[in-house]
Amino acid sequence: MTEAIELRGLRREYGERAALAGVDLSLRRGESLLVLGPNGAGKTTLLRVLATLLRPSGGKASVLGAALPGEAWKVRGRIGLLGHDALLYRDLSGRENLRFHARLHGIGGDDAEARIDELLGAAGMARRADDRVAELSAGMRQRIAVCRCVLHEPELLLLDEPDSNLDAEGRELAQGLIGPAPGRSRVLVSHDPERFRAESDQVLRLGIGEAAGAAAA
Amino acid sequence: MYGNGLKPLSIATVATLALSLSLVFFYAPLDADQGFIQKIFYLHVPLAITALIGFVIGGVFAILHLRSGDSRWDAYSYVSIHMSVIFGVAVLITGAIWAKASWGHWWVWDEPTLVSFLIVFLMYATYYPFRYAIEDRDRQARYASVFAITAGAFVPLNFMAVRMAESLVHPRTFATAEGGLPAEMMLTFLVSLVAMGLLWTTLVKFELTAKSASGQLKRLRRALDAPSSGGASRVAPEVS
Amino acid sequence: MTPTRVAFSALLGKDLRTELRTLQSLPAMALFAVTTFVIFRFGLDRTALSGSLAAGVLWVTLLFAAILGINRLFVAEREEGGFDAVRLAPIDRTAVFAAKAAALLVYLVALELITVPIFAIFFLDSAAALPPLALALLLADLGLAATGTLISSMAVNSRARDLLTPLVLLPLAVPLSIATTGAIEPLLGVGGPTYERFGTWLAVLGLYDLIFLLVGYAVFDFLLED
Repeated sequence: MTEAIELRGLRREYGERAALAGVDLSLRRGESLLVLGPNGAGKTTLLRVLATLLRPSGGKASVLGAALPGEAWKVRGRIGLLGHDALLYRDLSGRENLRFHARLHGIGGDDAEARIDELLGAAGMARRADDRVAELSAGMRQRIAVCRCVLHEPELLLLDEPDSNLDAEGRELAQGLIGPAPGRSRVLVSHDPERFRAESDQVLRLGIGEAAGAAAA
Repeated sequence: MYGNGLKPLSIATVATLALSLSLVFFYAPLDADQGFIQKIFYLHVPLAITALIGFVIGGVFAILHLRSGDSRWDAYSYVSIHMSVIFGVAVLITGAIWAKASWGHWWVWDEPTLVSFLIVFLMYATYYPFRYAIEDRDRQARYASVFAITAGAFVPLNFMAVRMAESLVHPRTFATAEGGLPAEMMLTFLVSLVAMGLLWTTLVKFELTAKSASGQLKRLRRALDAPSSGGASRVAPEVS
Repeated sequence: MTPTRVAFSALLGKDLRTELRTLQSLPAMALFAVTTFVIFRFGLDRTALSGSLAAGVLWVTLLFAAILGINRLFVAEREEGGFDAVRLAPIDRTAVFAAKAAALLVYLVALELITVPIFAIFFLDSAAALPPLALALLLADLGLAATGTLISSMAVNSRARDLLTPLVLLPLAVPLSIATTGAIEPLLGVGGPTYERFGTWLAVLGLYDLIFLLVGYAVFDFLLED
C-alpha cells in the first residue's frame, strides 16, 4: 500500500532563498504528522507544496501515490487544505461558498445540500450559514473553512494552525471534523508544540534553511 | 559557453556590414523618383524585417520555455525581444527620415507597413513594464512567455487589419522608373538583409554571454557568501 | 475529475452572483461611458454624430469603459487568497479561462445594452443601425473578453495592476478596434445604414476572436501554476 506522503530531499526555492532545504518524510496512511518550527522555517511552504499549489524545486515528492509535480492532477480533490486564508468569497454566504466548493469537486444537487447541512450543524454554524461571509467574525469564518476543507471527504488533510481564531467551543467542534479519523492522513502545522502532540504519530521540526527529517512523536 | 563562436560571428557581421555599405553607396543605382535618400531603404527595411523575425523568434523561445520549464529559453526570449525592440527604434527613426525625404512629413499614416510596425513596437514596448511589475522570478518568466506568445499571435493580425484599413495603398518605393526591382537593387537589399540578420544575432549572443558571465559571477559570490555589488533591484532574467 | 461543464457553470455562476449582489463594476462602467459621451459632445462641439466620428466615439468610449471594469473580475479572487480555492479543485483549468472570459463577455454585453441606446438617443437620428451594430459589437466583445481575461489574470498578480492592464491591453486591442470601427462606420452613415465591407470586417473580428481564444486556451494552465 502506498504511503500517504513520501518526501526525499524536497527543496523549494524562491529565487536564491531556499524555503525548504531538503525535507525527508514518510507518512503512512492514517497517520498524523505534526510540523513545528520558528517563523520563516517553511512550514506553510511545505503545506502548499503538498497541496500541489507550489511546485517542488528539487528532490522527490509523492502524495497519495502521485509524483509531484507531474501527476499533481491525480491528487486534487483528494486533499483538504485549511490554510491561513479561509478561501471564502466575502460576498457570498457560508452556504453558497460550500455549494460552490461542492460543485467544483463534482458533488452535486441533493447530496451536496445534505452534506452541507450536516457539516454546518456539526460546526455550530447552522444559524449563520446564510449570512454573507463578510458579516461573520474571524472565528465563524474559520468554522466554515473547516467545513470547506472536509466537504469532499479528502484522504489527506493539510492543516495550517487549525485552531487560529477559534474559541473553546469552536475548537471542540472542529476537532470532530478535522481530528484523527481512520484511514485519513493529516499534516498539522502549529506553533504550539504540546497542543497536538498527543494525536500525532510523527513530528517534523523545520529550521530556517536547514534540511530536516521526521521522527516518531 | 555562450561565448563560443562569438568571435567568428562578429567578424562575419562586420564583414557583411562593410560589404553591404559599399554596395549601397557604390553599386546600387540611384532611384529615379527619390534620389539619394532612397538609399535609407536599404537600412530601414532590413532592420524592420529583422526586428519582426526577432519578435517571432522571441515567441518561439517563449513556447519552448513554457513547455520545458527551462529558464534558459526564457532568457533567450527576453533578449530576442529586447534586441528587436531596439532595432524597432531604429526602424521608426529611419522610417521617419525616409518619410520626410519622400513625402515631406516626418510621419505619414498612409504607409500601412510603417503604421503596423509602430503598433507592434508599442505592443512590445509594454513588455518591460509588464515584466518588471511581477516580483516572483519564476512567475515573471512564465508570464513574460505568455506575453511573448500573445504578442506573436498579434503581429500578423495587426498587419492584416491595418492594411485593410487603408483604402488607398501607398505605392511601395521598391522600384526605379521602369517599375519592378532591378537586379542591382535586389542584390544590395539582400546583402543588407543578411547583414542586419547577422548583426541581430551577434548582438543577441553578445548580450546572452554578458548575462551568463554576470550570472556566474553572482553565483560564485553567493557561494562564497560575499556581499554582492548592488542589489538585484530589477530582477532581470538571469542566465545560468 | 469534475466535468468541465459543471466547473464552468459553477465558476461563471459564482462571478455573476457576486457581481449582481455587489454591483461593483457594471454601474461604474456605464456611468463612465455615459459621462464620456457628454464630454465628447463638448470636446468635439457636436450634437449629432454620424459615420466615422460616431463609430470612433462609440467604440473608444466602450473600450475604455471596458478596460476600467476588466480588473474587477480578478481583484476579488486575489483578495480572498488568490485563486487557491479554484486551483485546489479537480478541474480542467481551461474551464477557468472559459468561465472568466464568459463573465467578462456578459459584463460587456450588459454595458452595451445600457449605453448604446443612450448613445443613439444622444447623437443618432435613427435606430435603424442598432441591430447590425449589436452584432458587430458582440464579436468585438468576444475578442475583448479573451484578451482582457488573459492580460488581467496576469496583471492582477503584479505590483502596478491598475496601470498594467490598460497598458498592455490597449495595443492588443488595436486590430480589434480597426475592425470594429471599420464595420460600424458605414452603419452610422447620414443617409442610413450601409454595409460596405461589413461581412469582411466581421470575418476579421471572428478571426481575432478565434486566435485569442485559442491562445488563452493553450496558455491559461501555465498562468495558474506556481
